[in-house]
Amino acid sequence: MQFEYEIEGGNFSRAGYASSEVKKRLRQLNVDLQIVKRIVVALYEAEVNVVAHAYQGKMIVEIDEKKILLVLEDSGPGIADIEKAMEEGFSTASAEVREMGFGAGMGLSNIKKNVDHLEITSEVGEGTRVEMITYMNKGR
Amino acid sequence: MKVSDLIKELGLTVHSGDKGLDKEITGGYVSDLLSDVMGNADTGMIWVTLQTHKNVMAISSLKDLSAVILVKGLVPDADTAAQSNTENIPILGTDDQAFEIAGKLYCLMNCQG
Ligand SMILES: Nc1ncnc2c1ncn2[C@@H]1O[C@H](COP(=O)(O)OP(=O)(O)O)[C@@H](O)[C@H]1O
Ligand SMILES: [Mg+2]
Repeated sequence: MQFEYEIEGGNFSRAGYASSEVKKRLRQLNVDLQIVKRIVVALYEAEVNVVAHAYQGKMIVEIDEKKILLVLEDSGPGIADIEKAMEEGFSTASAEVREMGFGAGMGLSNIKKNVDHLEITSEVGEGTRVEMITYMNKGR
Repeated sequence: MKVSDLIKELGLTVHSGDKGLDKEITGGYVSDLLSDVMGNADTGMIWVTLQTHKNVMAISSLKDLSAVILVKGLVPDADTAAQSNTENIPILGTDDQAFEIAGKLYCLMNCQG
């Protein structure tokens, strides 16, 4: 089963919409509540990163009996140093975005803590791809 | 303890989401950093913050929080209040700053006698 949602860069009032749609789907599919709780954290952070740092993107969710695959792809500035970006507290968010409470630099570490597998690939000037996997029989 | 009990005990204002006043509160979290709340708050908690924009509701809904308290007399943005009403997650208000209201909340939920 596969779902896909568009994410609009810069549109903060819509941030979280795609994540909440996926949460509803997972609930309907009776996915374990503890798994849903963790996935929601990772999804929201990845969605907000597209909104805050990129121009346009999509969230693709693929579910089978064994795992949930979550992919966020965007066209945007990309990430020059992924290792640095992963450091807790590192952020390039603008003062305006920080004032809203985003840009704490905790997003990528929140993602890492809440999925079983995380892979980030990026091309500067092109965009970023964040792939996350959660296994159904783990994470309890 | 229910959201409605808190309102009575602490004299809170109800800005929106009055259909959710029966929700049970399991604890609280105080933060204005959205990722901090996302990563550390838990189901059923009440969230004390000065943020008034719509992502407060996105997070409250995704995390299944029981209610939000806005400090220092702040009021929710119109779209924030609208989402609070559709999700039935109340947004409450107080003139207290975060330290004061958190202290009162904590005591109400944890102090004996
Ligand atoms: N999709 C993305 N496109 C471009 N840069 C990104 C993206 N996601 C993350 N980054 C970069 O990684 C940094 C750290 O991300 P994160 O940990 O989520 O913190 P924050 O979003 O609060 O800045 C960001 O400040 C940004 O520089
Ligand atoms: Mg982020």
